[in-house]
Amino acid sequence: MTGMTGNQPRLHIVTGKGGTGKTTVAAALALALAGAGKRVLLVEVEGRQGIAQLFDTAPLPYTERKIATGPDGGEVRALAVDVEEALLEYLDMFYRLGRAGRALQKFGAFDFATTIAPGLRDILLTGKIKEATTRTEGGKRVYDAVVVDAPPTGRIGRFLNVTAEAAKLAKVGPIKTQSEGVAAVLRSPLAAIHVVTLLEEMPVQEARDAIAELEALDMPIGSVIVNATRDEALAGVKLTQAELKRGLAAAGLPADKATITGLLEEAKLHLVRVAMEAGLREDLQKLDQPLIELPLLPDGVDLSGLYELAAILREKL
Amino acid sequence: MTSALDIDALLGDPKTRIVVCCGAGGVGKTTTAAALALRAAEKHGRRAVVLTIDPARRLAQSMGLSELDNTPRKVEGADGELYAMMLDMKRTFDEVVLAHTDPKRAKEIFANPFYQAMSSTFAGTQEYMAMEKLGQLRATDEWDLIVVDTPPSRSALDFLDAPQRLARFLDGRMLRMLLAPARAGGRSVFTLVTASFGVVTKAFTKILGGQLLTDVSGFVTALDSMFGGFRERAEQTYRVLQARETSFLVVAAPEPDAIREAAYFAGRLAEDKMPLAGLVLNRMHRLAVPDLSVERALAGAETVAGSVTAGVLRVHADLSRRVARERRIAEQFLAARPGVPVFEVPAQPEDVHDLDGLRRVTS
Ligand SMILES: Nc1ncnc2c1ncn2[C@@H]1O[C@H](COP(=O)(O)OP(=O)(O)OP(=O)(O)O)[C@@H](O)[C@H]1O
Ligand SMILES: Nc1ncnc2c1ncn2[C@@H]1O[C@H](COP(=O)(O)OP(=O)(O)OP(=O)(O)O)[C@@H](O)[C@H]1O
Ligand SMILES: [Mg+2]
Ligand SMILES: [Mg+2]
Repeated sequence: MTGMTGNQPRLHIVTGKGGTGKTTVAAALALALAGAGKRVLLVEVEGRQGIAQLFDTAPLPYTERKIATGPDGGEVRALAVDVEEALLEYLDMFYRLGRAGRALQKFGAFDFATTIAPGLRDILLTGKIKEATTRTEGGKRVYDAVVVDAPPTGRIGRFLNVTAEAAKLAKVGPIKTQSEGVAAVLRSPLAAIHVVTLLEEMPVQEARDAIAELEALDMPIGSVIVNATRDEALAGVKLTQAELKRGLAAAGLPADKATITGLLEEAKLHLVRVAMEAGLREDLQKLDQPLIELPLLPDGVDLSGLYELAAILREKL
Repeated sequence: MTSALDIDALLGDPKTRIVVCCGAGGVGKTTTAAALALRAAEKHGRRAVVLTIDPARRLAQSMGLSELDNTPRKVEGADGELYAMMLDMKRTFDEVVLAHTDPKRAKEIFANPFYQAMSSTFAGTQEYMAMEKLGQLRATDEWDLIVVDTPPSRSALDFLDAPQRLARFLDGRMLRMLLAPARAGGRSVFTLVTASFGVVTKAFTKILGGQLLTDVSGFVTALDSMFGGFRERAEQTYRVLQARETSFLVVAAPEPDAIREAAYFAGRLAEDKMPLAGLVLNRMHRLAVPDLSVERALAGAETVAGSVTAGVLRVHADLSRRVARERRIAEQFLAARPGVPVFEVPAQPEDVHDLDGLRRVTS
């Protein structure tokens, strides 16, 4: 049924340094994967309602609901996983807590449990993600792909390494079984972890560190996504005052001294950046992972910008 | 209307004893804190110390910091008395424990696996310990000026709220209640509230595991004498933050999230009667030819398409758009908090990782 795409990853996890574009890229990727007749789930786990903001809709509840249509008719649903709700669901499933669970919630008991055992959060979140990825209905998979707007690089290793976290908790019981199931999926070709970076020093450094960490954990790296890159209008040229003066005159623009030195100053600062970016791009190439570049959208990311990024991802992924 | 923040007036004022740099993650808190302390030492002759948290490696090295050791070190290349230190939160936590309990208890606490986990990874520990360290530095009365960097968290508010959250947790109701059955022979307060609590405790024990609960319980018992101590200390430093000697600077980059966060934070400071000195608007781009509009530059580039001049004009057009966008975003802060003085820091083409880079931040 799925034919050629049978070996493609179905669970896409998007990480990267804070602010590099994880949410944007995850959303664009979900659109890209929502081809004709496909259904994709876009998941967020940090309770920040970033997806709702991006799609300019009301805050997402803890249910899977349609948020967008893919470029050729597929469906993108979104889910903001709420840890308390996930824990309630879980307690209900394994211990039939029913109303007692709700009462407990009122006392802040869940807050307490996830505070003394921070790893519990991650286990619940990744458990939910795995469940959605493998869910079937009437013998058919519900989602063709699941895309996760995951925690940033600094926390991604711990977030995904659920077995280590579970080892700190109960040695037997459903938590353990569940985390083993999650670990198996995360280490299989079903999963791909994409690392988003900008051409800036710290994000590149963090991308490198995260890839090393994930590789050591045997987790499958998908692509390195270089976000917000710019076209290079000035690559390899020599700038002189004389030439700029002639050029400005030919362009019918003021060619006074202040304009010329000002424009040269702007161009030089730009070239310093370009050189630095070229160095960082080379560093990224040395990582030996597929690189995908996404352009900087000059006016920021709106819905049409997301489709633009989705089209590029679809072509290159 | 925007008013300019005069950082030299702030840093040169002998009554300014503490400057706290807050803001969303990655906006430049550490860079700003270091740059301000350097300026205070070099331009105003003040004996200044900067308490950094998790500084980028190269910046730390350039200030002569190579390890977390909680000790202010003199910054060699600085022309004045500048000291810098990196917060070691585990060690600071240990110090707090030692200050509040006898050595035998302290030893028990240090050996507890739950304490070991929480003292290095717990949400809020870093914020609490940063405040604690600030309190300690201030108590020595050795410094004209203490500049405080704040931990990398999503929300700037964490710096104000996390210490009290941690203190509340440590002397918390929940901790006692959940552990009460173990201590009082199975009768917990909850049994009065809900008969089904037993089921729940069991479920929790199953999920969290007996070992963890035993560790937590051991920790709480050992900590018993210190309950209150944490809260008191947190409250003490909180009051220092409200004093006349303290100035807050909220740092933001011209991005919607960072600006929104900065505006929230400024509102919160006002509510808590904490003195906001101004907004540091970091990484702002600047135009050297502000009079040449995007449209004219692009039209000109068309006319001379393919030439070097066309490239230069395109760079100018992109930069103009960017500057306009940054202005628009920054305006949102001023719309929410009118009248807050602003200090603009230009974006440097490369990261700031040495003293010269820091000097450029405040020049
Ligand atoms: N290709 C792009 N072109 C222009 N702007 C972009 C691009 N990608 C992201 N942005 C902008 O950069 C900012 C950060 O993006 P986003 O929120 O996706 O990052 P994030 O990694 O999810 O951040 P956080 O760590 O805060 O969750 C947003 O304002 C977004 O609109
Ligand atoms: N004005 C500037 N020009 C160029 N680069 C800058 C500027 N300010 C900061 N940076 C760079 O931005 C990055 C983040 O800065 P910094 O570490 O100071 O931020 P932060 O707010 O302390 O981050 P965190 O929340 O992670 O602690 C660093 O690489 C720094 O060199
Ligand atoms: Mg995000
Ligand atoms: Mg910092």
